[in-house]
Amino acid sequence: MFESLQENLSSAIRALRGKGRLTESNMRDGLELVRRALLEADVSLSVVKDFMEHVSEQAVGETVLKSLDPTQHLIGIVGRELVNLMGPVDHSLHLRSGISVLMLCGLQGSGKTTTCGKLGRMLRDSGRKPMLVAADLQRPAAIQQLQVLGQQLGLPVHADLTAKDPVALCQAAVKQAKASGVDTVILDTAGRLHVDAELMNQLTLIDKRLGPDQVYLVVDAMTGQDAVLSAKAFNEALELDGVIMTKLDGDARGGAALSVKQVTGVPIKFMGTGEHLDALEEFHPDRMAGRILGMGDVLTLVEQAQQKFDQDEMAKQEARLRKGEFTLDDFKKMLGQTKKLGPINKIMGMIPGLSSMGDMLDQMDAEKDMKRLTGIVDSMTPEERRNPSRVIDQSRRRRIAAGAGVEPHEVNELVKQFDGMADLMKRMSGMGVRDRMKMMQEVTQGGMLNPGAKFAKQKVGTGKRLSSAERAKLKKERERELRRKKRESRKNK
Amino acid sequence: MGLFDKLKQGLRKTTRLLNTDIRDLFKSEGRLVDEAFLGELFDKLVKIDMGVEAAQETVDEVGEAFRARVVQENDVLDKIKEKLKTLMAQPTAPIRFAATGPTVIMVAGVNGCGKTTTIAKLTAMFQADGKKVVLGAADTFRAAAVEQLTIWAGRLGAEIVTGASGSDPASVAHRAVAKALETSADVCIVDTAGRLQTQHNLMQQLTKIHRVLGKQIPEAPHEVLLVLDATTGQNGISQARHFTDAVQCTGLVLAKLDGTAKGGVVVAIRKQVGLPVKYIGVGEQADDLALFEPGPFVDALFADVG
Ligand SMILES: Nc1nc2c(ncn2[C@@H]2O[C@H](COP(=O)(O)OP(=O)(O)OP(=O)(O)O)[C@@H](O)[C@H]2O)c(=O)[nH]1
Ligand SMILES: Nc1nc2c(ncn2[C@@H]2O[C@H](COP(=O)(O)OP(=O)(O)OP(=O)(O)O)[C@@H](O)[C@H]2O)c(=O)[nH]1
Ligand SMILES: [Mg+2]
Ligand SMILES: [Mg+2]
Repeated sequence: MFESLQENLSSAIRALRGKGRLTESNMRDGLELVRRALLEADVSLSVVKDFMEHVSEQAVGETVLKSLDPTQHLIGIVGRELVNLMGPVDHSLHLRSGISVLMLCGLQGSGKTTTCGKLGRMLRDSGRKPMLVAADLQRPAAIQQLQVLGQQLGLPVHADLTAKDPVALCQAAVKQAKASGVDTVILDTAGRLHVDAELMNQLTLIDKRLGPDQVYLVVDAMTGQDAVLSAKAFNEALELDGVIMTKLDGDARGGAALSVKQVTGVPIKFMGTGEHLDALEEFHPDRMAGRILGMGDVLTLVEQAQQKFDQDEMAKQEARLRKGEFTLDDFKKMLGQTKKLGPINKIMGMIPGLSSMGDMLDQMDAEKDMKRLTGIVDSMTPEERRNPSRVIDQSRRRRIAAGAGVEPHEVNELVKQFDGMADLMKRMSGMGVRDRMKMMQEVTQGGMLNPGAKFAKQKVGTGKRLSSAERAKLKKERERELRRKKRESRKNK
Repeated sequence: MGLFDKLKQGLRKTTRLLNTDIRDLFKSEGRLVDEAFLGELFDKLVKIDMGVEAAQETVDEVGEAFRARVVQENDVLDKIKEKLKTLMAQPTAPIRFAATGPTVIMVAGVNGCGKTTTIAKLTAMFQADGKKVVLGAADTFRAAAVEQLTIWAGRLGAEIVTGASGSDPASVAHRAVAKALETSADVCIVDTAGRLQTQHNLMQQLTKIHRVLGKQIPEAPHEVLLVLDATTGQNGISQARHFTDAVQCTGLVLAKLDGTAKGGVVVAIRKQVGLPVKYIGVGEQADDLALFEPGPFVDALFADVG
């Protein structure tokens, strides 16, 4: 008994509000679509799996907007979750009043040296006195490259063409900075593979000796599945504080952003959008989400649709109800929807305040009556549809009945039913749209069948269960904080 | 260390990873090939950056041959290898040398993929064959790009033609070929600035360099090598497509294969754009280049699984 009741209820709600709720089954196609999009955008497989699981968990039970199909709606949810995952944003470099040290690291060719120049420029423009440090003693002409950038920007560059030890060089650079009134030191380290133990140790050593205030990993936006492995290794060797993603001026979908964020837990701060030194922008998760999905506009679309439905349409309907503009055309539409519901009238009948609607519907034999009623309404002029009880006199009633092939009293019945409905709608309208829907839903579904259900569950991002990976991430963050405190106290001595 | 050892060394990590993964799919008594099995296989292939489409195709083929059967790992591996080898097959001679006069090789690719370093490696390789190499430093844009190639030329004892920073790269390329003709060099390699394939103007500039080379020697450039960073994901396909449109690439060099990246996107590129891989880069030194051979490459990938 309950089963069929539930079945009917869900179809009732579907008709009342879009295509119902997201379920494992009506999401299947959408989930596959999203999974593919993420993989094609180079989000690492493990991240995709976690994410899809999380999303379907989140999505099941959400009410689908009337204007969208479940797949579209799901993609909206995915967008929202992507944004949550890549956030929160933190564009601050957390500079101190004394000398701040920033360190850039990453794989070969990711864009470290260029980003050094970009950061230098940005800091200079904000009134700081930065110095660039050529700590890549490895790659041919790496030092000269940084020197050229320094020249272009009019910034000092600490370099030593004969140096052999990057650790000593960085230390000397900080010393020089203190002596020459520089307040921010940016270290350009050599590119290295995360599996190169020797070079990774060297990086750890620089980190230990220098105690940089911020350590950033520079990641190429075109990186594929490897992103998780390299980012993880760099994050383990160093205490990363942020990520800078480069080369986003091309057509790379940039799924690596998601992978890197997931494994390091640190915010993506900036993005490189060109080779020129002014091409550094703040990172925005929402833009990135659309890019990763390969459908930048879908998110906005979903938002718009949501707003439109929630506000525009509902408000309009609301206003029309208040003004008594609910017409026979609306009635017809509503009947058209309820037509498919079968015993919906029984359910309605159980709802306080809706019982009259239930009764009313009870008197109709859905299929046959619908055709008849539709015929009647169709035979009316627009004016008659808007204001049936006031406009329709005897001669009009006869004309309509003839057109619809019914008896004149049937026209009368319809008009009476409509009046009852309009009245009901008006009463409900006083409750406000959300309350009205909520009431209906809670009484029908929530109250009896599904105690946990909430109307249009709005995720605010709280109370998230933590996975073990996330717990580990938190732990790492705490450790990072501890280290920073230690660093500070050391420096202030 | 021989080239093949180098290649094997470079691929060892890849191989180990892939081997373990594939092996995980099988129990000793064999395993039923069903939806779950094929799903796991798909995941493994995606993990090597093969791309959804190419991975799916491979999985479909395996499914067709083995579905509902209990298989031994060898059966499935052979099938995958066979598929990959056919896919990656290419003529054995990687470089089409000019019948007479210098062979001109143009090197292109996105920013930081490894072009300049690859040129140093190619130079060392040609020199080892007794060939005389002239380099053209036609990246006049990036800071100290000319100095970088100049340092390599100095280390390797190759002649280099340079231009002022910001000068027309096509004219540097032109002078490099002139130098090669004049000094009867065997090979002229032209470095170009890194650029993203979506940058229309820069791609046109590349086309112009290509055209200039052809005006000097009708057959030139004899090879147009697109350098691809092995860590690159699916964007590699777009790179291959656009660079090939602009300068008719003849093949790929897969650089940075000495990390943990699998470079599997070359499979998708081969399928969709047709570009073969000619060499692989396995380090930052001049001798860190190996010939790409599909057979050994695929075998090395699956080496101790049989
Ligand atoms: N299009 C584009 N190119 C960039 C961006 N950032 C850096 N590049 C280019 O990428 C290439 C590599 O940049 P570098 O700054 O030399 O990279 P790196 O990490 O210092 O390289 P190594 O020191 O060799 O490891 C250069 O051609 C840069 O001009 C960006 O945001 N967009
Ligand atoms: N581990 C490793 N590093 C490599 C390999 N090939 C190049 N690199 C490194 O990658 C970085 C970029 O190489 P470049 O040769 O400067 O790249 P590019 O394409 O010329 O860069 P742009 O001219 O700036 O676009 C350098 O640090 C190289 O040492 C390789 O096969 N393995
Ligand atoms: Mg650098
Ligand atoms: Mg270069």
